[in-house]
Parts: sequence; C-alpha cells; structure tokens
Amino acid sequence: MDTALTVCNLRAYYLTRYFGIEREVRAVDDISLAVKKKEIYGIAGESSCGKSTFIRTIAAAVRPPLRVLGGSIKYSFLDRDLYHLDDRALADIRWKRLSCILQGSMNVLNPVRRVRESFKDFAFPHMGLARPAFLDVVKQHLERLHLSPSVLSAFPHELSGGMRQRVAIALATVCRPEFIIADEPTTALDVVVQKDVLALIRETQREIGSSMIFVTHDLAVHANISNRLGIMYAGRLVEEGPTGVVLHNPMHPYTRHLVASLPQIGDLTPKKPLSGAPPNLADPPSGCRFHPRCPLAMEICRRAHPALTPLDSGRRVACYAVSPLVKPAVDSAAAPNRTQADKYAVFPR
Amino acid sequence: MLRVLHDLFRYNREFAIGTILVLIVLCLAVASFFSPYPPQDSYVVPPDVPPCWGHPLGTNSRGQDVFWQLTVAMRNSLLFGVAVAFLSRIISLVIGLVSGYAGGVVDRVLMSINDTFVVIPLFPILTLFYFMMHDHMSWTLLALAMASLGWPYDARLIRSVALSLRNREFTTQSVFSGMSTWQILFGEHLPYVLPIVLSTTMNNINWSIGLEVTLSVIGFTNIETPTIGTMIYWANQHTAMVAGIWWWVLAPVATVTMTFIGLFLLSVSINEFVDPRSRLVRVGG
Amino acid sequence: MGGLFGRAQFAAVDDVSFSLESAHAEIFAIIGESGSGKTTLARLILNTLAPSKGLIRFLGEDVSRFRGRRDRLQFMQKVQPIFQNPYEAFNPLKRVDRYLFASAYYFMGRPSRNAQEAAADEALKKVGLSLAELKGRFPHELSGGQLQRAAIARALISSPALIVADEPVSMIDASLRMSIVNVFKSLCDELKVSIIYITHDLATAYYISDRVLIMQKGKVVETGPAKQVLSNPRHPYSVLLRESVLSPDDVDKAPPGA
Repeated sequence: MDTALTVCNLRAYYLTRYFGIEREVRAVDDISLAVKKKEIYGIAGESSCGKSTFIRTIAAAVRPPLRVLGGSIKYSFLDRDLYHLDDRALADIRWKRLSCILQGSMNVLNPVRRVRESFKDFAFPHMGLARPAFLDVVKQHLERLHLSPSVLSAFPHELSGGMRQRVAIALATVCRPEFIIADEPTTALDVVVQKDVLALIRETQREIGSSMIFVTHDLAVHANISNRLGIMYAGRLVEEGPTGVVLHNPMHPYTRHLVASLPQIGDLTPKKPLSGAPPNLADPPSGCRFHPRCPLAMEICRRAHPALTPLDSGRRVACYAVSPLVKPAVDSAAAPNRTQADKYAVFPR
Repeated sequence: MLRVLHDLFRYNREFAIGTILVLIVLCLAVASFFSPYPPQDSYVVPPDVPPCWGHPLGTNSRGQDVFWQLTVAMRNSLLFGVAVAFLSRIISLVIGLVSGYAGGVVDRVLMSINDTFVVIPLFPILTLFYFMMHDHMSWTLLALAMASLGWPYDARLIRSVALSLRNREFTTQSVFSGMSTWQILFGEHLPYVLPIVLSTTMNNINWSIGLEVTLSVIGFTNIETPTIGTMIYWANQHTAMVAGIWWWVLAPVATVTMTFIGLFLLSVSINEFVDPRSRLVRVGG
Repeated sequence: MGGLFGRAQFAAVDDVSFSLESAHAEIFAIIGESGSGKTTLARLILNTLAPSKGLIRFLGEDVSRFRGRRDRLQFMQKVQPIFQNPYEAFNPLKRVDRYLFASAYYFMGRPSRNAQEAAADEALKKVGLSLAELKGRFPHELSGGQLQRAAIARALISSPALIVADEPVSMIDASLRMSIVNVFKSLCDELKVSIIYITHDLATAYYISDRVLIMQKGKVVETGPAKQVLSNPRHPYSVLLRESVLSPDDVDKAPPGA
C-alpha cells in the first residue's frame, strides 16, 4: 500500500454545555486526505481554522468536549480504524509507530525532571532493550541530531529554546516511528534557529523514512519542508497539491490571497488585505464558508459548499469558480445527527 | 440577572441546595419580626414543654418558646456575621489591592502589618477584650473588634491576585489610557478579585458566627441578647441535656449547622461561576 | 537616547544610542531575536522601566524626571504603546470601547460622553473600523486583526507624536497581518506619527520602515536606511539573519524531503 494515512470524511466538533448554554464548534468538518509513504504533507491555515483539532483527532488524543462525530482514520500499520482500537493497542502504537512533535517543547519536557527521565518515560517501554543499551541508542540518536549527550543530564530550563525543540524532535524520533505528527514545531523559535530546526526535521525524516503531517500557518516554512500542501479554512480543506504548484499557481481565492499577501525582502509592491475576518466555527456561514470574504462569490456558493474535487496534476480544489468540475458536496445540507455522537462514545475514553 | 440565577439553580446542585438552606434560615430570621413573645422576656409560657402543636419546638426552662427564640437568635447572629464580614471585606480589599499594585515599600509595610495581625491569637485577645470592656461590652464593639482581626488572610489572597494582574498588559494599556490608580484597581482588577471576595465573605460569615457562638457559650458576650450562642449558653446553664430538654439544644445547633453548610455550598458554587476563567468559557472566549 | 539596564552582571540593553527627529515622521524598525533586549528597550522608551545608566530624552526633556500624575499624563499623551498580543492588551472581562472612551476623557480635556464617542469613532475610522462595529463588544468577540486595530485607534486618540509598537503583528494571522502593517504605513504617511516598530520579522520591516536598527544580545549590531541594510547587510549577524529568512520561493531550491 502506498499511503501511510487515509482520512475519510472526518468530523469532530466541540460540544459544550455550560450553565445551560449549548455550543457546537465545528472544528473539523468533513475532511478527507491521504498521506503517501515517506512524504511530508503540510497543512496550512490560520488560527482557529481547525488544524490543531485535526491533529488531535489523528493522534487519537480526543478528550471532551471534543468528540469525533463521523468518518474514519486508517494508518498503514494498523488493520482497522484508529477509533476501533482499545487502550492497550493504542498505547502500543503510540511513540513506536506514531509520535508527535508539538509546539512549545516546554510542554513536552517535564520541567522538574532531567531530560534523561523524559526519554525513559516515553521511549524505554517501546524499545525492549536493557537500560544501558537503551541509553547508548539514545546517545547515538542525539549525536545524529547534533546534540551533545550531556544534554541528557540537564534540566529543560537549562537549555535554550532551540536546543529544547531539538530534544523534543529527538524524543519523537528515537523509536523510529512510521508516522510523525508535527504541530507548529518551529513557530515559537527565532529566525536563525528555525532554519536549523527545519533542516534537522527534514534530515531526520529522510533518514528514518517516516511519513509526516506538518502543520503551520507559515507558508514560507511549508515551502521549505512540505512535499504536498493542503490549505484549511474554517474546518474544511479548500485546496491541495504539490507545494511548488500551490504556491506558484494558487487556484482557490483564499490561497491566492494568502500567497499574495506575503511580504518579502526586495518586494515593495503594496499588499492588499482581505476584507472580513475568519468565521466563528460555532456559527459558520452557510454553503462555502469563505463566501462572505470571497471576491468571486456566486449564488451557489451561499447555498451549498463545494466538494474537494480532484483536478489534473494531482491537485484538489473546492471552489466553483475555479473549475466546472467542482460540484456541491454530497452531504453538505444535512448536519450530522448529534445523537450519533453516542456511537463514537468510545471516544473520548 | 434573573436568568443567570435561574440557570445556576437548575444546573448546579450545590447552588440549589445552598440556596434552599440559606432561604430557610433567612425565613426564620424574618419570622422573628412576627414573634408573639418579646424576645428578652422569660417565663411567658409554661417551661420545659416538649415539641407540640402550640410550641413547634417546645419551650425551654426559662419559660420561652424555643421556636420564636430561635428566630430572633438567628436574626441576631446573621446580622452580626454579615456586619463583621462586610467590615473586614472593606479592609482586606483596600489593603490587598493597594499592596499588590503599589509594590515596593508600601507593599512591605502593609504586609508586615498584615502578618502581625495574622499571628495574633484570636481567642485570647477577644477574651482579654471582654474582660477589659466588661460592662460596656456591646455587640457593636464586638463586631468592630472581630472585623479588625478577620481581614489579614484574605488581604494576602487578594494581594496575590493583584500582583499577577499588575504585570499583565492590559494594566499598562489602562495606564496609558490615562486611568487613575483607583480606577484601575477597582475598575479593571476588581472583577478578578471578586471570586475571592465572594467566597471569603461567605467563609467570613461562617467564621464570625462560629466565633460568636464560641464566646457566647462561655458567657463572654451580652447573654441577655438572644443569639445562637447565648441560647446554647442558657441551655448549658440549665443543664438541658441532663434534664432531658434536648429540643432546647438541638434547635440552635441544627439551625446553625444548616447555615454553615448552606453558606459554604453557596460560596463554592458562586465562586466557580464568577471565576474569570469559567466566565470566559461561558461567553465563548 | 542611550540606556544601560543592568541586573547583576547581565545587561539587557548595552550602550544603545539612537535618535528620532520630531520634524519629519518616520518608521524606525528595531530588529532582534529573543534575548536581544528589544522589549526591554521598548519599556525604557515608554518609561515603564528606568535605565541604570544613560539618558532618554523626549522632546528635549529627560524622561526619568517625569513624576506626578500631570507630568506623566503629558508624556503619555505624546507617546503611546501597542502590544504584541491584542487579547492580552485588553481586559477580557471588560468591553473594548471602555479604553477608547477613557483615553478620550483623559487626553482631550475631560469632554462629555458624546464628545468621547465622537473622538473614538474618528480614531477608529482612521484604522478602518467604526464605533458601531465595536460598541459594547468584548475582546473575544473580535478577531485578532480587528482587536489590534482597535488598540491602534486607542493609541491615536491622544494624537501622539510617537507610537512604540512591540511586535504588533507577530500574533496576528497571515491574512490579516498586512492590513495592520498597512495601517502603520498610513499613520506615518498621512497622520505624521513616528513609529518605533519592534519586530523579529525582516520582511514586514523591509516593507514599511525607513530606518532600521539590528540588535543582538543587547548591543547594536548595524543601523541605517531600511532598504539598504536589509538588502545588503554587512555585519555577520545581520547577514545571518537575512539568510535565515524563509520565503515561499525556497520551494524552487533543493527539494524538501524525499
């Protein structure tokens, strides 16, 4: 099988009820994508577009008030849907087959324990080695990532931000997982450090041969790391394709605007901003969620949201104005039945 | 506002139970105004009568109806507790906010005073106070004394909140909007301090009623005024438990326990409701 | 201006000197990474922090001599800040227009409520918003871009001569970022307000600033006209910064990943 991860029609909402006020935030609404083996699939989108929620669903880290309401997630190393696994099976694949590099390495490393302990907590159970052999493997791994083994006996606050993030990458890759999920790993870092860390991630991914989903709002970072790029807007994927193609020749109006509004050194052309603001996911616009801000909006855009349609050259777009092939999505009219949420009551545990 | 209370009542069990208990107690206190017997008089009814139709809670050895005594006692104790809580809130708020915001020397001086008051042993001081004031002892004086001793813990709590707020960016923006220090303290910071103030008010009422009961049972207050504590004092004086007049002791103890539990539940649920973090979740922040 | 702020043996800002003319408005960018001292410098300029050594002069007067409410109000009327996180700059429990009205009240001679609202509306229009949109709203009801623009409008109410903006767009979404950056440009060009624009993003600095100052570990590394310094940096650190900037065109270079 050529794909590492297949996601079909995934829906995950935040359902809250607090003091009698019910809210349903449609963070992930009907997302389907496929990540090939050894590929880095980038997801770009702004804050509150749902990309962090999406990460949580594919990492099986769903907790209330987030609930998965529909769809399927299948990894190549599993024989069934991620949500049909029990706790023991999940614990088994976590870190060994599936690991995460998150934003803010401070959250990953326990601030009151040495780095060595974090490695022991995360990786030791999976590697099945004796303690000394395990430490050797860890030290070799650290050296490959240009970190001195003395890092192991340090506390997180003794290391700089860049070093901590490198440790976090080492932690996530030491078991040589088949799939890595990266959520804004370079966003909080300085410009100079960011470049190094990105190169490190690239190198490590190539060496281990794992597939990766890389989430960040920064298109310039995607240009430097992702093979294919998916653009998310308001809980839906609106465009997808090889990174170079999407950045040089964006089709969806939102992508076009994103690419055009990037300032660059040496470029003094005036940048025009987009009117309006990203929608509130608790009450999103009808039909295509971008239509209130879209310069090409038509009548049909307000009625039914377009399906993410494959076009030539491996691209997919969800915009009626781009191609006549794009048709309304099949189940766009019906909102998922809330009682069905109990079908997925197995998540959250 | 009414809608908010209604929602709280429906969805929060602690609030519901607390409200019911406190309402019962309040009704008792209000009923005191309708008492057919003057509260200070004794031997107005046959003594030592067990609970029956004419006297729902029986009568005591001093010839007073226990039920009507209880209503007056509850009223007085509640008034006392609320007065003390109110006065000490004012002191702790002002000191806590000013100390946390000003920092530096002002903070250190105020906190030294604060800590001095914390270590003052409450009970011996109040006892000393009673012996000094003996004949001039009145409830007002006692309330003032307790209010001036009951603020330090809460002042520190409020100060810690004020300290963290001082460094937040909206405080700087308020300064640069030209707001005066008082406006910042009571306009911007107060909402964050409010949960602490509310919950400590309830606790303070409990504390002051408790202390009043303690002092009265020993006889260190004006025992002619009917309060929960003095009722128990008189019951002890007439050895009610030994004599089998259990209703005389049970009535005040049960009522004051109900008050404590009710106020506590209210403080816990209001605290959760008013907490800025839960407010943000509710309005969708 | 110049300032030295020392704590134990560590100088957050070490021997920094520069000056802005009051005659013509300009956008002066201060570029540095974390730990470079740029935020400390901002606080020194805003007089929320006192320098250990050196002098900060505003309109010829030593800033540290401003004590008492009246002096400070006068200073604040001319120098206003913009913060990095608009959601932190406004009290989440209070309405946004409160700060606009307060600024109008204290800096425009305590006018009536109607006059306050008019002043707020005027300032909001300059940044592309209006009072009708904002009235009665809480910060979480607005987007990051709208809120930051409201913060800029608030700073404008007192008709300041200088705005100190500390990383004003780093927490704003990419698609809304340029609208804010454009607002700064129009503030300088049309309203003649000088702006000290502190950032770590060289691209936006290139886009709007006239002069630039690059800091590293508290010291000045390079300074000069913006386009010149950013296109052809000379100091090794500036060169390193410039080369580390990522751009979407990088996709044409060495293929990323397998």
